[in-house]
Formats: sequence, structure tokens, C-alpha cells
Amino acid sequence: MKIRLWGTRGSLATPGPETVRYGGNTSCVEVVGEDGTRLVLDAGTGIRRLGATLSEESSRVDVLLTHLHMDHIQGLGFFRPLDQPGQDVRVWGPPSSTQDLGTRLGRYLSPPLFPVRLKELPCRLTLHEAPLEPFEIGALRIEAALVCHPGPTLGYRISENGFTVAYIPDHEPVLGAGCIAKDREWISGFELAEGADLLIHDSQYSLAEYPARVGWGHSALSHALQFADKAGVRRFVTFHHDPDRDDDALDRMVNEARMALDLEMEIVAGTEGLQFESESVAFSATM
Amino acid sequence: MAQKAVEVILLRQLASCLATPMMLFDQDGTLLFYNEPAESLIGYRFDETGEMSFSQWDALFYEVDDVGIRLPATRRPVLIALEHHLPAHAEFWLRTFNGRRRKVEATAVPLMGQGGRHLGAVVTFWETGKP
Repeated sequence: MKIRLWGTRGSLATPGPETVRYGGNTSCVEVVGEDGTRLVLDAGTGIRRLGATLSEESSRVDVLLTHLHMDHIQGLGFFRPLDQPGQDVRVWGPPSSTQDLGTRLGRYLSPPLFPVRLKELPCRLTLHEAPLEPFEIGALRIEAALVCHPGPTLGYRISENGFTVAYIPDHEPVLGAGCIAKDREWISGFELAEGADLLIHDSQYSLAEYPARVGWGHSALSHALQFADKAGVRRFVTFHHDPDRDDDALDRMVNEARMALDLEMEIVAGTEGLQFESESVAFSATM
Repeated sequence: MAQKAVEVILLRQLASCLATPMMLFDQDGTLLFYNEPAESLIGYRFDETGEMSFSQWDALFYEVDDVGIRLPATRRPVLIALEHHLPAHAEFWLRTFNGRRRKVEATAVPLMGQGGRHLGAVVTFWETGKP
């Protein structure tokens, strides 16, 4: 399995010299299985560059949306496969008891917010509510579960040949408790992350910032690391960086967390272009 | 134990902050959580009992009418919410095996999660009289 980060910023795309190292594009992660199965996790602005790398012969692309907040869908209309006639694109999103996924996505992908309607796209587009039981796409086993974030929001756990990546980009597991619960079954998202080789997780705030943002649906890095540690994660990738946090501030935040918490797992600052491979569990930054 | 649904986790956190007695049940009738105000109503602490299966909590406290007869299943709000997925309200005496007796009104609401999942029920109590 190969995993590549195409957008790591939270809330709002933040291009500029002060964010050039970690990147300013919003959430998008590519997962490619050993048989070539390609998943795109979220459709933030990072998806535009990803789409530009795909050949027109790509057989099928599955876009797994965690939720429909703008920073996770804003790039969808600019994803090249959607403009390719006959291209098989399947979009998965959180279930809702009120409106189907097409109706909810159509609120953005229609005039006046977007010039083209979903039904006018030339690709073969199908929309699915992600099942809350395990399912498979190609050789990839996928588990989806609702996690603590305003509105129906999923996290994903993707496994292949004993390697597991968990993706929980928007998540506030300490909401209401102020800390990670003692009992694992009462921790939002725990089973998604448990024992993962790689966890890509919300780390938007510092511990000092968090009290003024309780209930906004995001994590302080310290809380996220405690969550990951309890779940026995091997490698943690910070994600959903606050738009107000420049590269130097992000360096400080991650370094302080590494020093303050004596954790076995490796902590990696989520960076656009960073790629992970399951065989070596090594990673390299290729911008 | 299995991971709780996020809707249930959030409801427990809400209940923990409220001054209203609340009990949270899963779809099988297991009492997953009760808050501090509910602790004072039934006389047991959640830290002591933890989760309780239906048979366990039904042996610790139960609903009776004015003459001390246990309410039939058809009049027990929690069972109506769990079995028929309908809200239900009733007034009764809550009697416990440690000798407590409280007159309460109770409202049970079924918990329906995203995707139509039946997650259990939440019961809120109002104490209306003391012996």
C-alpha cells in the first residue's frame, strides 16, 4: 500500500510563503493498493493536483469523503477524472437519515456556488453512503465509523496484507470529558485507530488553544497523541493544520509535543507530498 | 466490550453534565451509563456497578404503581422505547432493593442513529414526590 498526502491543511486553503513547507491545500490523501486500487480520502483543494497525475486510462477511482464540510469537498469539482467521459468515479460519504449524498453534495456542486451540476458531469459518477460494516474496494478492506465532529462525520480504517492506515482528519475525542476516556469502548474512533501502522489524525490546536474551541470538532495535538498512544498506533501523522499556524509555528508545536510526551510511536508532521509505503513502513517526502 | 457508537458516547458526555437524572441503555436493554443525579435516585454509584445487563439492573431497581405492584412491560417507558422504538412517558414509584422509594415521572426516547441504526434508549427522570 502507498499513501500520499496531497493536502494537510484544515478549515481553509492557506497558500503563501509562510506555509510552503507543510503546504496550504486542504484535506486530501491518496491510498493505492498493491493491485492498483486507488482511494482518494477527502476532496479538499489538494485533490486538484492529485487528479492531474492520473492518466485518462485510470479504470476506477473511489473518493471516500469523511464529511461534507467545505474544506473536505471544495476540490471535488476540480478533480480531473470527473471531466473525463466514461471515467468510473465512485464517491462515498457519511450516511444521513434525511437527505441522500447526491442532494447534500449538490448544494455545493450546483449554481450559484458551482457552474456545473453533478448530473451534468461527463464521467460515470455513482454516489454511495459508506456502509458502517466492513466493505472492500479491490483488495483493500475498509471500515468506516462515525466519529465525534459536528454533523455526520466518518473516519476510515484501510487494511491490506497486514498493514493498516487509519484516517480521522476531523475529530474531537475529548469532547465533554476534557481528556481521553479511561475505557476504550467509550472513546470515539478508538476501533478505527487501534493498532494502526499509520494514523493520520486531526491535530489542529495546541493545548493552550483548545479551551476556547471546545466543541468545534477538532483536537489539540496533545489529546490526539494520547488517543493514538492508547490505541497502540505505530506512527502518527499530524493533520488538519490550523490555517493560522505557519511552518515555523508548526515545527515548534510538533517538536514540543515530541519532547513533552515520552511516547514510543513516531510523530510525523503532515506535509504535502509526503509518501508512505507499507512494505518498508518507510516514508519519504516528494513534493 | 464493543466500541460504543459516537451518538451514545456524546449522549453520555451530555448526561454527565446535566443535573437531570438520566439513564442510557443499549438496544439490548443493557444499562450503559447513569449520571450522578440518577445515582442519588437509585442509591447506587455508577463507579460501583458499571454497566449492567437488563437482568442485573432489573434486580436492583424497578417500577411499581401506587399500590406497590410492578408495572407491566406495556407500561414501562424504557421497554416501550427499546422494543417498539417509540417515546413513552409514565409516572410511577421507583423502588430499589436497598429500600429506597421515589415517586417519579420518566420519559424514554429511542435512540436512532445515522443510517437508521437503533442504538438503544435514553430515559430522563423527574422526581415528583418523596415518601
